[in-house]
Amino acid sequence: MVHKVVVANRRAAAARVIRALRGLGIRSVALYSDADADAPYLAEADEAVRVGPAPAAASYLNRDAVIEAARSVGADAVHPGYGFLAEDPAFAERVELEIGRFIGPSPSWIARMGHKPRARALMARHGLAVGGGSEPLGDDDAALFLEAERVGYPLIVKPALGGGGIGMVVVRHAGELAAAARRARSTVRRAFGNDAIYLERLVERPRHIELQIVADRHGTVRTLFERDCSLQRRHQKLIEEGPAPAIDRAALDALTGRVAAVLADIGYDSIGTVETLLDADGNFRFIEMNTRLQVEHGVTEAITGVDLVATQIRIAAGERLADLLPTTIAATGHAIEARVCAEDPDRFLPSTGVLEVFRPPAGPGVRIETGFAEGNAVTPHYDSLLAKVIAHGDTRAQAIARLDAALAGFAVAGVHSNIPALRRALASPAFQAGRVHTGLLAEIGEHQA
Amino acid sequence: MSRIDIPSAVAGTVWQITADAGAQVGAGDILMILESMKLEIEVSAPQAGTLRLAVAEGQVVSVGDILATLDPA
Repeated sequence: MVHKVVVANRRAAAARVIRALRGLGIRSVALYSDADADAPYLAEADEAVRVGPAPAAASYLNRDAVIEAARSVGADAVHPGYGFLAEDPAFAERVELEIGRFIGPSPSWIARMGHKPRARALMARHGLAVGGGSEPLGDDDAALFLEAERVGYPLIVKPALGGGGIGMVVVRHAGELAAAARRARSTVRRAFGNDAIYLERLVERPRHIELQIVADRHGTVRTLFERDCSLQRRHQKLIEEGPAPAIDRAALDALTGRVAAVLADIGYDSIGTVETLLDADGNFRFIEMNTRLQVEHGVTEAITGVDLVATQIRIAAGERLADLLPTTIAATGHAIEARVCAEDPDRFLPSTGVLEVFRPPAGPGVRIETGFAEGNAVTPHYDSLLAKVIAHGDTRAQAIARLDAALAGFAVAGVHSNIPALRRALASPAFQAGRVHTGLLAEIGEHQA
Repeated sequence: MSRIDIPSAVAGTVWQITADAGAQVGAGDILMILESMKLEIEVSAPQAGTLRLAVAEGQVVSVGDILATLDPA
């Protein structure tokens, strides 16, 4: 077992991991930058250590500072949360070498899955369907145009390393390609320190369906159902739910079985998420695998009753899935999560300021994950997430009603919030009928305007 | 048309200036890209004109700060 874990993250992600550690009787150490010195998660941990100034590159993304903090408190493990260093193989290797356990998969998995074109090739070799795509491309524009012709338009330019929807640019025809590639490279160089990009054939109006994987270090792989994360803006998820509504269950079950078999075959050894796109013809295509806790893990926890974070920690400590999870796990009811962000609800522009009012709601079947308290400042340094609201109900309709009531009762003042946009989406006939796709949120917004 | 100031809609940092000071720009041209909350926010010209820049790359800006001015041609 591990005894003292540094949580290398902030706000909601840190609070969630600290809660899991407390539940397991493991000592927790919170890290904070100067912009988070007022955050409530610091008091929830056993210790708190300043990791640097506000900019992420100088604090939560600073490998040396995080390792030094872990050493200074005598920690024997690091939990990276999600985002920041969660998928940085060099960081994970340093943790295992200099501190102890990295709470995630064996570091080699982060490198293998973190390189998106290579992960696609690996999955394709094991028989999973992948969409048309290219190898990673360097600076050679001639090669770029040749590959684009081969992949076909419309296509999407993506960073080879990285995630979170950053640096993804849609290209409808060859005339847009050079500028899009330039823009994507410059974005991803800054965000991920590596400007390799690749091309993927664009799937029009797809659904984003992802599978929750739970695997241990002894060769057991299980899946814990799917999440539908189709409601997105700027390639970033805003509303996630499980089980996926109005879907071909037999096809999904077949995919799930195949994915579990592939991951067992290649020996994946932690929790993770396999992301796929489902096109209008009912075909699933692998897009990537995230080797970490997912922001929207609470949806799966709500329908299965499994504490994914505690499970992840115990797996990293070497425990067996057979001892951690019941033999059969059913999906009970329906859960939907909405990400409440500091953004204006029409253009989704970020909004900073002091949370003069911040009163998350409570109600039957409603769970709140936040890292903020009234009076805290929302700064431009990090993403705009204020809170996740997860509603669980016996049926999808009940989950929608509970989520909407919770959002209606969520008082936020001092910054703009996207709550009106979230409620508009929940109220839309397409969403209510389960006719979701990744362009739906934009369509609802245009309809409104 | 008269001279027009372009204020920042967000608090953040000027990441990239994509148009040249003194250049003649058209309505809708991208002038610069701001960064706030891990997002890139494009600032485009609301009308045609000659560009005068009021900020430099890397500069921190608040909501309402003037980023640039357009003098009508």
